[in-house]
Amino acid sequence: MRLEPKPAPSLGILLLYPLAAVAATVVIASLLVLAAGASPFSVFYLVAKGAAGSQFALMETLSRATPLIFTGLAVAVAFRAKLWNIGAEAQLYMGGVMTVVLGTGLLPLPSYLLIPIIMVAVMAAGALLLLGPAVLKTRFGVDEVVTTLLLNFIVLLFVSMLLEGVLKDPMGLGWPQSQKLIAEARLPRIVTGRRLHYGFVIAVVAAVAMWVVMKKTTLGYEMRAVGHNPEGARFLGIPVNRVLMKTALLSGGLAALAGFSEVAGLKGNLTLDLSPGFGYTGIVVAMLAVLNPLGVVASAIFVAGVFVGADAMSRSAGVPSYIADVMVATSLLTMVTAMLLVRYRVRWK
Amino acid sequence: MSPKASTEVETVLRLTDITKRFGPLTANDAISFELARGEVIALLGENGAGKTTLMNILFGHYVADEGTVEAFGELLPPGDPRAALDARIGMVHQHFTLADNMTVEENITLGTQGLFSPKLDHTARKRIVDLSTNFGLSVNPRATVASLSVGERQRVEILKALYRDARILILDEPTAVLTPAEADALFRTLKLLVQNGLSIIFISHKLHEVMAVSDRVLVLRAGRLSGERKTAETNRQELAALMVGQEIAPPQVAPPRPGAPLLVFDKVSTARRGTGAFLDRVSLTLTGGEITGLAGVSGNGQAALAAVMSGVEAPSGGTISVGGQTVSDWSPRTALASGIARIPEDRHAVGSIGDMSVTENVIGERYRSERFSKRGLLDWKAARDFAEQLIHDYDVKCPSPDARIRLLSGGNMQKLILGRALDPDPIVILANQPTRGLDVGAVSYVHNRLLAARDRGAAILLISEDLEEILALSDRILVISKGKLSTPSSRGERSVRELGELMAGHAEAASHAA
Repeated sequence: MRLEPKPAPSLGILLLYPLAAVAATVVIASLLVLAAGASPFSVFYLVAKGAAGSQFALMETLSRATPLIFTGLAVAVAFRAKLWNIGAEAQLYMGGVMTVVLGTGLLPLPSYLLIPIIMVAVMAAGALLLLGPAVLKTRFGVDEVVTTLLLNFIVLLFVSMLLEGVLKDPMGLGWPQSQKLIAEARLPRIVTGRRLHYGFVIAVVAAVAMWVVMKKTTLGYEMRAVGHNPEGARFLGIPVNRVLMKTALLSGGLAALAGFSEVAGLKGNLTLDLSPGFGYTGIVVAMLAVLNPLGVVASAIFVAGVFVGADAMSRSAGVPSYIADVMVATSLLTMVTAMLLVRYRVRWK
Repeated sequence: MSPKASTEVETVLRLTDITKRFGPLTANDAISFELARGEVIALLGENGAGKTTLMNILFGHYVADEGTVEAFGELLPPGDPRAALDARIGMVHQHFTLADNMTVEENITLGTQGLFSPKLDHTARKRIVDLSTNFGLSVNPRATVASLSVGERQRVEILKALYRDARILILDEPTAVLTPAEADALFRTLKLLVQNGLSIIFISHKLHEVMAVSDRVLVLRAGRLSGERKTAETNRQELAALMVGQEIAPPQVAPPRPGAPLLVFDKVSTARRGTGAFLDRVSLTLTGGEITGLAGVSGNGQAALAAVMSGVEAPSGGTISVGGQTVSDWSPRTALASGIARIPEDRHAVGSIGDMSVTENVIGERYRSERFSKRGLLDWKAARDFAEQLIHDYDVKCPSPDARIRLLSGGNMQKLILGRALDPDPIVILANQPTRGLDVGAVSYVHNRLLAARDRGAAILLISEDLEEILALSDRILVISKGKLSTPSSRGERSVRELGELMAGHAEAASHAA
């Protein structure tokens, strides 16, 4: 079996393959549902209904998509320059830490000042966290996959230490959690009584901004050139290492915003279960979106919908909600395969 | 057809109607030929003519759309390199496929022993020594490949094929990396192999080699077999015409009008790195209105010199001045800013970014200039206009400025790189192997552009492994050997033989004495 490049695909083909990928995902997941002893039709109906069947469900999905958009963007931007940032989870937690450091009464400012200040500080925290691995990579050739991945565990332990120590809420009955944010530091809800908050709007704005950066700016051009061919980029006079640094700052900052948005928009305080792996799921989201910033919004909503819908489904159909993990993982595999088939022809023999 | 006057010719290899298409491009169009026992066929054609594709099909790397390959009367299953090996076909690739950290004998026996056999089979060593003495392939079997010269590595590749009992040997551009003396040794080895009944396919685009080694010449042009001649019954002019499709005129070179020194290297050194040659206090002056040719065998410091001149590598010592100004903080950007145009040796890995569009590639050296971006925002319209202008001015065949540059042929890609480099009217031009792998039409196009730039007053350094190209274009010739430059000679001052001696690193003392 071998792959041969195909000429540029038409728009129809480009749209057809992702649909085929989704169809393949549904077929594979159906087999598992059957194995669990339920009807695929009712299960998928319940998943779809749970994800988008009501205003409540839809808002829940968008709320869950918000941190995934940030981490997905962080990964998409970094991977475009072939900077393998596997540490969005750690950067997210650093964002959460910075949010509660500044947002629990240290700065008594009105919202319109406080929130932007916190956001800038949060992005700086995440950016600096990724800067370390980027420096190690460019100076000494240390593999950033290893450093960023391992930093996830270090940062989680660091946060645990903070929550048992200086950041611990004295009124928290001994739980490892921070104090609540003051009201001025909180992101308002978009609809009263629903969990969806303005963090979602910020995430979409960030996605559009990243799209502009990648398509229209010299920085985006440099990042793509470095990602495709570092040696060629260097020959053209692109400062490859400096571009990787800038990419690291951007990516770390975006991932940290996920932590800010979860703390300021949803949770109100920092706990150790702030993220059920949003940083890792961000990799899936970015890959599903083929690293396109606008695609990240769509794929984050899709992935969030599958998880939210599967939760709802498992309550009524009795199929474990782990089916969501299977569906997301399968969709990634089918999507990657589909994108491969768009660009290459497979020859058996 | 065999050189031996036997009444019955034994056909060892038969290709029938091989056709291979890549999208709209037909790389091989119904190619058929036979190879007889003890025969040397030369496969002649420019890169892009389809030679490599054809050999890849023969060797099972590609599957042909149509046609069959028969070896020793048996049909080869398509797409299986192991079948080709089993049919006793051996290939010596242009870029060697050796494991640098292993010894010669390990490399040769690699893949021939069982996975779990603990030790090297001792009969193996004896066979290797026998083969190397019988065929003039002297090399130390215990040496690690990393310590070998290029010529020795090629011998290891040939031994590897012989060790597997190859009866058909394919050599892809085998002389590209050899000195003239090494090439002669290779030709002697080939003669010995043929006397022992091997058949050889010799791929080349150098006419004099083809004339020297082959019994029969197949000429490929644009994927078709444009001619087949017995070597004894043809000549270089006829073969060149078959290759190109028309007689090619050598470039018309007007007498030079030398101007001011525009690029001066004063005792420039580069860091020692790996096994590659480095520069040791090299001084070089390029004069406006002149083409300076740098001849030499690949791997003698051309890469280091080109890396410094293009700004990719900062010198570890010495000074560089361009247009009379000493440039400090040497980098690709400062090189470009001081007026140096660069045509890199490897247009795929260095000269272009394959997965980006033609437009994105042509603005690569100047995307930060006023013309293409303002305050960090790219002006895609200006960029696209520039790409369209180059496509028009340089007669580039490409579907659109938005096409990925990877999809273009080598010649068209090179024209774009040339356009990108020459558009800002540079005062110094580095042309490193500017015509390697191009068809003859594109070669003369590139030559004429370089000559036009010279007549406009630019100082040009032409680095080439093709001595004929150097001789045709250069007003002044330097030879590089082991990182050192020879004294310059003007057009016609040194004979080809003398240049060859300098390339081999011998006559430097003699020329100093003279």
